[in-house]
Formats: sequence, C-alpha cells, structure tokens
Amino acid sequence: MIRIENLVKTYGSVRALDSLSLNVEPGVVYGFLGPNGAGKTTSMRILSGLARPDSGRAWILDKEIGRPGSDVRSLIGVLPEEPAFYGWMTPREYLRDFVAPLYNIHGQVAAQRADELLEIVGLKDAVNRRIGGFSRGMRQRMGLAQALVHRPPVLLLDEPVSALDPAGRKEVLELIETLRGQTTILLSTHILADVERVCDVVGIIAKGRLIVQARRDDLLARYVTPLFEIESDNGFGHWLEWVEKQAFVTNVTVSNHTARVLVKDVLKAQKPLLESLARETLSVRRFEMVHPSLEDVFLRLTEKEA
Amino acid sequence: MFRTLLAKEFREQWRTWKMIVFLAVFLITGIISPVLAKYTPEILRSIPNLPAGLADFIPAPTVADSVAQYLKNTGQFGILLVILLTMGVMAQEKERGTAAMLLTKPVSRSAVILAKWLTGMTIVLAGLLVDGLACLAYTVVLFEPLPFGAFWTLNLLLLVYLGVYLTVALMASTLARSQAIAAAGAFGGLIVLIILGSLPRVSDYMPGQLANWGSSLVLKGDITAWPALGVSAGIIVLALVVACLRFEREEI
Repeated sequence: MIRIENLVKTYGSVRALDSLSLNVEPGVVYGFLGPNGAGKTTSMRILSGLARPDSGRAWILDKEIGRPGSDVRSLIGVLPEEPAFYGWMTPREYLRDFVAPLYNIHGQVAAQRADELLEIVGLKDAVNRRIGGFSRGMRQRMGLAQALVHRPPVLLLDEPVSALDPAGRKEVLELIETLRGQTTILLSTHILADVERVCDVVGIIAKGRLIVQARRDDLLARYVTPLFEIESDNGFGHWLEWVEKQAFVTNVTVSNHTARVLVKDVLKAQKPLLESLARETLSVRRFEMVHPSLEDVFLRLTEKEA
Repeated sequence: MFRTLLAKEFREQWRTWKMIVFLAVFLITGIISPVLAKYTPEILRSIPNLPAGLADFIPAPTVADSVAQYLKNTGQFGILLVILLTMGVMAQEKERGTAAMLLTKPVSRSAVILAKWLTGMTIVLAGLLVDGLACLAYTVVLFEPLPFGAFWTLNLLLLVYLGVYLTVALMASTLARSQAIAAAGAFGGLIVLIILGSLPRVSDYMPGQLANWGSSLVLKGDITAWPALGVSAGIIVLALVVACLRFEREEI
C-alpha cells in the first residue's frame, strides 16, 4: 500500500533521510516512531508531494510519487503536525466550500459530509465560528476532518494527537481505531502509549534510517526481554558482585534501593536468583518480573543507533 | 478545481476587507481627481497675501487638468494599492502553512498562482470601473463630457499598467518565503521600473508610457506607445511564467 525504497534527503549538511526503506501493508495502522529530527516529517512531506527526495522512490497504491502523470494526492488524506487554515473561514465553509470541491465533491453531498465530519471530530458546536479563533487542539481536530473529507484509502497523520488534551486524545485515537481495516494509516508520533494502543505495526526510525519494523506484538516479544526488579531495604552488599558474574545475567543496574537485573532466559534465571537472595541476609521487600514497555525498546534501539 | 480556487480568492479578498478598501480608495480617487482639477486654482487664488499679479498667472482649469489628475492619482494610488494587495498573497500562504495544506490536495500549483493573479486583475478592473465612472460623472458636472470610448481605452491601458506592478508583486511573493522579503521584492521591482522609466529612450518602452498614450487618446493628441504596450504585456507574461515555474519546483 505504501512502499518506500532507499529514500535519501539532505538539507545542507544534514542528512534527514539516509536510505530509508519501509513497507506498509493495506489496512494497517502503522506507527512511525522516532525521536525529534529522525526524519518522520520529511518522510511524510515526500509522501504527500511537498518535498522531493534526492534519490530513492516511493509508491502509494502502486502509483509512484513524483512521477509525471502519477498524482497520488486524491488517494491520500494528510494531517500535518501543525495544520493551518484560513482564519476568516468557518469550519463548515472550509470543508464544504473549499476542501470538498477540490476532490470533486459538491452541493448537498459536500454539505452532508462536512457536517458529518464536524460531528465526528467534536466541532459541531463551532461550525459557525471563525477558524482564526480556534485553539490548537481544535485546529488539530479540524485538520483530521479535512484529511477525511474524500474518504481516502491512505491517511498520513503527523503527530495527530500531540496538541490534544487527554479526553481529545482518547476520542481521536478511538476514531483512528474505527478506520482500522478500511484505511491504511501512517501515524507518526513520539507518544509511545498511543502507538501501543492503536498501531498494528511499528517502525522505529533514527537518523533517517529505519532501525526496526515489526508487528507491535512481535516487536515486544522480540525486543522486550523481561527483567527482574528487586527492592531491598538494606542494600545489596556482596550479592551484587555475585549476580554480575552469572552467565544468565546480561545487565544489572541499581538505583536507590532497587536493582534491575536483565537476564537472557527468565525461566533459567528465576530459581537461582531467588535462592541467592534467600542465602544472603537481604531484607527483600519486592521481587518482581517486569515487562518493559515499548518505550524501553524504543530507547534501547535509538540509543544503540546513536 | 480552478473555480474553487478562484472562489476562495474572491471570498478572501471580500471577507478580509481588502477588496472593499481597494474599491473605496479608487472611488475616492475618481471623485477627487476632477474636483482637485477644478478647485485647485481657486484655492490657490484664495490664499491670503498672495503676491500681487500672481493670481493672473494661475491658469483657468480645463478638462485636460481633470484627465491629468485622474492619471496621476490613479497611477500613484493604484500602484501602491496593487502592491499592498498582492505582495503577501503567496508568501503568506507559505509562511502560515496554508500552502502546505492546500498542496496535499489534487490542485495544480500553477492554477493556484493563476487564480490569485486573475482575482487581483479582476479587482483592479473593478477598481478602474468605479474610479472611471466617478471621474466621468464629476468631469461632466464640473467641466464637459469626456470622449467615452477614448476614456475607457485609457482605463484599459491603465489596467495593463497596473497589471505589470501586480504581476511583479505576485512574482516577488512567490519567490519569497516570508512576507517581509516579498514586500522588499515588490517595492524593489517598483523602484527598478521607475528608474528604467526615467531613462531617456528606454522610457519609451516602459509601462509608464501607457499613461501618456491614454492621455493623448482622450485629449486627441498623437502619442502612441505600442512598444510600451508590448513590453508591458511581455513583463506580465514573463513574471507569471517565472512565478508558476518557481512554485511548481518549490518544496513547501
């Protein structure tokens, strides 16, 4: 559905995209994850035709972007990170009289679609207000509405919920979930909880390169090695020296009264760890196996890349 | 698609009061030009303590003064207004991010430029109509009727003359990424055209000559300025082509 092959884009001496390749299957919500400056927005801009790559190619629904006679723009709905509007228009005018006709939707159909979308994104009460007076959150909702006017098969959403309050974020994520299966969504974000919640597939990008791409659950299974958290009131003493020497342990960190022990194999590690704690005279308050979040995976992968 | 873009431009000019201000200033210009021509000599004569005999040197106003005032005022205010009306139209869209929103939709970039140009030219045409009608009416009342056909031909020449500045300002706005740079480019273009228009021989080919031709038409003179008309049309076409080509290639 969306295919990117070896995209390179430089701005002066900065290499924003460095042979970026990725593939988004039809109907999935693809979480495009990366730190600031990783190349997410540049990728979105190239996919939406606002920028040209130095080299490499990209396709949406088998139409190559930037190729003469191959305009993909009627197939996509785009929500930029900071959507901008004509402040003198009302939201209804913007959708009904401006955006819809650009997609050849006119008259009553355009009016109905505008009202329907304004209801969906929660702007029904503001239909006759000028967009110029909208808050950032309202503009973000408006941005989502304008991206959906023509029911595009592909949606490119750049940080769609970053400006919203918790209630608004929940509503928009629920809306994105309702589009799953019928619309292919490329969603760039730095909010990992949102990715964990709505995305089927996750691509992590850093320094213009795709570090990893996998289904969300596979990614968690592959990269999220469980670890043990042990909390002790009287410190860890010689136990720390012992545990660091064990072959099943890959890393140990201690902060305050808590030791985090990363292991290769949970089942093999669990018993010797418990036995060693019993041997020592430690005042153990908590012994817990913890599943790191996607955030831990993201940080580990991007730090490794850095 | 083009109709939608055009409708948005007209609606924007109307709702942001730009069109109304433009037409109002042109209406005032049309009224004030014959009035100034008629009463300036009288005002001068009524100045207290005027040196003896000087009043006799102030000539009686004629219809030629009305036409001269009309050309001067419409030219000066017109240039200023078309530059102010146009210099921000593209730069503002890029600066505010509305261009990026628009260009993700299936629109031709050249159509965006042409819609803005056509809107601007239509507003200038409407302004000249208002201006010309007011001037015609007041000149009839204060002097004598002007030759109708020649007067409107003069206004068509003024349309081309102002069209040059409008298109150069639109080009500057397209080339610039911010409104400040667009303004500098538009007024820079104005200065270049003024300097070229003041050079001997070169001035015969510059847009300013169109005003002299128009005046000559109304006052039954024998000046023509076909080369200036050709150069003006050439500047308009060239500026439009540059703006369209540049915008087609620009990354937003």
